[in-house]
Amino acid sequence: MEMFTWLDKPMSGMTFLNMALGAVIVLGFILGVVTYTIYFERKVIGWMQWRIGPNRVGPLGLFQTIADVLKLLIKEDIVPAKADRTMFLIAPIIAFFPSFMVLAVIPFSATHIFTAASNVGVIYYIALSALTIIGVVLGGWASNNKYALIGGMRSAAQMISYEVPLAMSLLAVVLMSGSMNLVEIVEAQKNFPYVWYIVPQFFGFIIFIISATAELNRTPFDLPEAESELVAGYFTEYSGFRFAFYMLAEYVYVFAMSALATTMYFGGWEGPFLPGWLWFAIKVSAFIFFFFWVRATMPRIRTDQLLSFSWKVLIPLALLNLVATAVVMTLV
Amino acid sequence: MVSYWNSYVFISLFLVLGLLLPIGALMILGPLLRPKNPTEAKLTTYESGVEPFGEAHVQYNVRYYLFALMFVVFDVEIMFLYPWAVSFESLGVFGLVEMFIFLGLLVIGLVYAWKKKVLEWK
Repeated sequence: MEMFTWLDKPMSGMTFLNMALGAVIVLGFILGVVTYTIYFERKVIGWMQWRIGPNRVGPLGLFQTIADVLKLLIKEDIVPAKADRTMFLIAPIIAFFPSFMVLAVIPFSATHIFTAASNVGVIYYIALSALTIIGVVLGGWASNNKYALIGGMRSAAQMISYEVPLAMSLLAVVLMSGSMNLVEIVEAQKNFPYVWYIVPQFFGFIIFIISATAELNRTPFDLPEAESELVAGYFTEYSGFRFAFYMLAEYVYVFAMSALATTMYFGGWEGPFLPGWLWFAIKVSAFIFFFFWVRATMPRIRTDQLLSFSWKVLIPLALLNLVATAVVMTLV
Repeated sequence: MVSYWNSYVFISLFLVLGLLLPIGALMILGPLLRPKNPTEAKLTTYESGVEPFGEAHVQYNVRYYLFALMFVVFDVEIMFLYPWAVSFESLGVFGLVEMFIFLGLLVIGLVYAWKKKVLEWK
């Protein structure tokens, strides 16, 4: 731990090296998390559908995802002749890098050794995660494929529509804690009375979790990748490792969004008896499980209902929640 | 207390790593491992096995752009509200009333779009 108290030290070569090491550790950690999130998803959904799930590669199928990644790495990288070549090649990179960058402000534990603890943490998350939309719509357009274009357009429309209620519900939490710093938001949930923001912000949380599911393009909001009508949506033409980076971005966001929900509504690393990082891991895993559970349970929503649900139901409710929070805060 | 600049150095490191990983994997490691054997059939656009016709670079449904315009308005609004939320305690009732006026104007915009049936999907 001593090694990572660099954030409050003056900048020097050693501090910089420690920071770089910290960032590399987060990168390695997230790649491991994504590998086993995918395995976990396949297992959980398998069990829910009365199947076994992956069980051939390695004990209990534990190496299945690693095998899949290696397979993708040695697959040919096909760029369709009609595609806009440059855009096609850089789109997965644009989609991926924000998903990793948002992790810089997530406080993993009480010692916040791997956290930038930025004073604009919440805005930083929202702003960065919006950049991924550009990668998605660019990939869909550059493919010059009808399915990809429709998928990309749908993704963009869906992600921007649900980002508004998402940001609004988070705004109510910022209002209560008086800070956008995710570390301070967790610490505000430690004070007496010992309640996490899920209690006063219950309606806000419901809005948040619905919008988060839509932001992640997960069932019941997985229209951009509706296999039965759009093949694979915006990454129809992508193969090999470029395809892998789109998938990677998607699963990094599943982790990041779960971590954000944990931090904003469930007290982050706070919890009795167990060490902070373990509490954080338990809460995040519960959220990840929740997303998979919803996927195995819910049917897909219709396109015409999708966008009006956000604008006509979620946004007015989020506004109402915000106003109610502000009024109660003034009165109390 | 966490140093202001150190946070941003750390974030920049994330930016560099977030770009290095895909660039390294796709442009340096990838070409060493993967085959490169493009044939004409392989490079055609996928259209469920049918000979592809036309282009996908067309003028697409304008409805999407209306949603994009709405998004810009509301997202900028939220960005204005975040600083307000942080300093809410110190602003008191004045801040509350001011926010009501601001939100009121936006709600009028939303109601207008609703009445104009911008939010419908046909």
